[in-house]
Amino acid sequence: MTRLDYRKFVNLVMLTLTGVCTFTAVSLLFLILGYLVWNGSRSIDWNFLTKLPLPTGEVGGGMANAIVGSITMVGIAAVIGLPIGFFGGVYLAEFGGRGFSFAVRYMADLLNGVPSIVIGVFAWTVVVVPMHQFSSLAGGFALSLMLVPITMRSTEQFLGDVPRELREGALALGAPKWKVVATVVVPAAMRGILTGMILGIARIAGESAPLLFTALNNAFWATGITQPTASLPVMIYTHAIAPYDDWHRQAWAAGLLLLCGVLITNVAARWILGGGASAQKA
Amino acid sequence: MAPSTILAGTARQTRGFWSRLRTGDEVAHLVTFAFAAIVLLMTILLAVGLWKTSGPSQAKFGWKFLVGTNWDPVAGDFGALPFIYGTILTSVLALVISVPVGVGAAIFLSELAPPKLANACTFLVELLAAVPSVIYGLMAIFTVVPLLRQYGEPFLKRTLGFLPFFQGPMLGIGFLAAGLVLSIMTVPYIIAISRESLMSVPRDQREAAMALGATRWESTSQVVVPYARLGIFGSVFLGLARALGETMAVTMVIGNDPSIHASLFASGYTIASVLANEFTEATGKLYQSSLVELGLVLFLITIIVNALARLLVLATSRKGTARTA
Amino acid sequence: MTKWKTLILASAVALGLAGLAMAQSINAAGATFPYVIYSKWFEEFRQARPSIEINYQSLGSGAGIQQLTAGTVDFGASDMPMTDEQIGALKVKALHFPTVLGGIVPIYNLSGVNHDLKFTPDTLAGIYLGKIAKWNDPQLAKDNPGAKLPADDIVVVHRSDGSGTTFVFTDYLSKVSPQWKSQAGANTSVKWPTGTGQKGNEGVAGMVKQTPGSIGYVELIYASQNHLTYGLLRNSAGTFLKADTNTVTAAAAGAAKNMPDDFRVSITNSPGKDAYPISSFTWLLIPSTISDGAKKKAIVEFLNWMLTTGQKDASGLGYAPLPKEVVAKETKQIALIK
Repeated sequence: MTRLDYRKFVNLVMLTLTGVCTFTAVSLLFLILGYLVWNGSRSIDWNFLTKLPLPTGEVGGGMANAIVGSITMVGIAAVIGLPIGFFGGVYLAEFGGRGFSFAVRYMADLLNGVPSIVIGVFAWTVVVVPMHQFSSLAGGFALSLMLVPITMRSTEQFLGDVPRELREGALALGAPKWKVVATVVVPAAMRGILTGMILGIARIAGESAPLLFTALNNAFWATGITQPTASLPVMIYTHAIAPYDDWHRQAWAAGLLLLCGVLITNVAARWILGGGASAQKA
Repeated sequence: MAPSTILAGTARQTRGFWSRLRTGDEVAHLVTFAFAAIVLLMTILLAVGLWKTSGPSQAKFGWKFLVGTNWDPVAGDFGALPFIYGTILTSVLALVISVPVGVGAAIFLSELAPPKLANACTFLVELLAAVPSVIYGLMAIFTVVPLLRQYGEPFLKRTLGFLPFFQGPMLGIGFLAAGLVLSIMTVPYIIAISRESLMSVPRDQREAAMALGATRWESTSQVVVPYARLGIFGSVFLGLARALGETMAVTMVIGNDPSIHASLFASGYTIASVLANEFTEATGKLYQSSLVELGLVLFLITIIVNALARLLVLATSRKGTARTA
Repeated sequence: MTKWKTLILASAVALGLAGLAMAQSINAAGATFPYVIYSKWFEEFRQARPSIEINYQSLGSGAGIQQLTAGTVDFGASDMPMTDEQIGALKVKALHFPTVLGGIVPIYNLSGVNHDLKFTPDTLAGIYLGKIAKWNDPQLAKDNPGAKLPADDIVVVHRSDGSGTTFVFTDYLSKVSPQWKSQAGANTSVKWPTGTGQKGNEGVAGMVKQTPGSIGYVELIYASQNHLTYGLLRNSAGTFLKADTNTVTAAAAGAAKNMPDDFRVSITNSPGKDAYPISSFTWLLIPSTISDGAKKKAIVEFLNWMLTTGQKDASGLGYAPLPKEVVAKETKQIALIK
């Protein structure tokens, strides 16, 4: 074999290998989705969606309280985290002074890198212990800590993408800066900002670790946001590690529900953004 | 100065402040500043809170905490080494598997695939990144673990059993299972960021290599990849930072054994897992503060790795021309 | 899809609001050992008295004691009576209320063996000490003639969390094996010489169910509900017994007559020819002073219900009801809650 033939052979082999790598990576998603659909779709029924969990070992029962609990806590996190992230992002993009902006950005990055279990520990010391109570409020607070850096970074990014000409045109017409930002810049970047917010919410909806010692869990309906509550991710965890087959069945169903919610939200968000450039990573 | 003059002066200044505030700009500035400051304060509060709560164990163990191998809640003796070992071992194992696959896929998607296919595949891979950790754990318990226990580990034992890494009882759960699951979770990040780095390499580099007679693969491996290597390293570090902090999926398959074993088949523990498992039952100030100190160690490790990652990714995107978002 | 989701959400919220309207919520955490009967009790009690909801989370006895100490739950539950040190750390004194009796069984997963294995104190301790490493060890074979024991490794499973079940099990091992006592001792968390840890009785049962050649220790109901084989143990009188309502009740016979006032007692390795060696009471840890009047009323109501109606559920779920003398003594203790 000539040297050229050898090189051509190596070329073919290596390039095929990279194709195999891609195929592996992509097929993983389909494997996970397929497995969940296969195992979970048989278990999602009216019972699952509307009933409370039954005592251990009894068959049947559902996760209605977990579904509502997850929605409640994501709602609380959104109410706390989205405004902070949004206005913080507006500050960084429009009003920021150099030193302070750098500090804020750095701290937000830091917060983003905190492992979710450590955020749970922090929320326990700051909310649960003083309140003498596990609660959805604590869980929502923990989730909001994760939502803030994501929202802030994406808001800042998309505001920064708005072309200078738009701002300068508005200013030239005599509008004060705050009016320019509120009525021209933000609406222009709204699509991207909304996408960032939706992706952030999808991300925290699936988090389980911060809820372990903040919202704890509940066998029944939470009677208010100052009471512990069940949530889908925590239920999946407890049911998956239990020995009961019926609980496994329910864990698959919950997993399917959660994954569908997260994936649909992700796809919708990217579709809003208009495809092409991939949205926020990491 | 007479008190009345001072008061009058202060009143004038205050009035000035409030009158300036009547303009929308100042209000907007103040409001958004306040929100930004909240973020700053929250993070500082978190770091300070962690530091203070871990006070008792810092006082008792000092630096020995980081190299102590004993984790004995009953005797009150705590050491971080088994958890640091487990965290680093599972993360490194994850990277050993996911970096070749990830970079390979990134090369395929940036160099070889037709644009439509590349975009579709990238989109699907990014969806993988959105899958919650607990679902990976759920999948792992019922697929990865039994497969490892019945086929994977016996196979490794038969072929590579002379190495200390592949000895001992084969349970399915343990370092190997955790490493495998983590590798699946880090692959999307490596693919996404490596692909961006590779695409930011200027076209002329490739074309020059081809003009000199290089095959596609040679131009990629000897010219493009080295050019983009900083970004690829950055993606590796980012994947590492993710893997280090992963909690749920690892907790479900790691085996919960706070000791150091050479074998990958053995059970172990990571910092995130021990926090998830033991925090609710940590009685006594010393136990709790030892756990929080572990959390602090993890926090510091992830800060350093994240910072390195961003520096590296930044370095490539500055070097590359053209390809802006 | 969206309309369907809205309908589900609306009905769920409506149900939630209905509950929100009236229920008194009480939160508790603790042992996994009695979780099966507790979850049944709290559900039954809620059916009987819909305005009281007791949310019990099975996190393990260690967590029950810790959360009670931190004040984040209204009461705790543990299979290990609190030590004087732990009681000293409480801001409000806690009273121990025994609820049921249970037995801990050695579960194992050996597909080829079709009759129940016998374990002596020495073999059980040897397995958990790591000295007996294979199923066909001569000591095991001696006690089980005729059983075709495979030459596989014994995979030891224990608890990874702070567990009252662990306390009862290691308390028994400490009583029958001096080597165990010196090496590991008895506590909710010990330095296990060998094996892998799982969370909760549920985790141990799940692990043994899925791992061939494994052995673990769980409360009886976890073995029977999950169709796991469990072995016989030799008690102090020399008889090999399986755990069930009668043998566990027999273990408590002595304690029933001589119950201390604070109800903290251990009944492992009890004398008596029918006494199952690894038996235990399990306790609810109720604060002696409850400032919230409505909560206090609800808890007192539950305790009274538990000592009368609740006891009827015990044998159906493999636990044993409390001896009459203990129930009488406890009823008097309820009056001490202020």
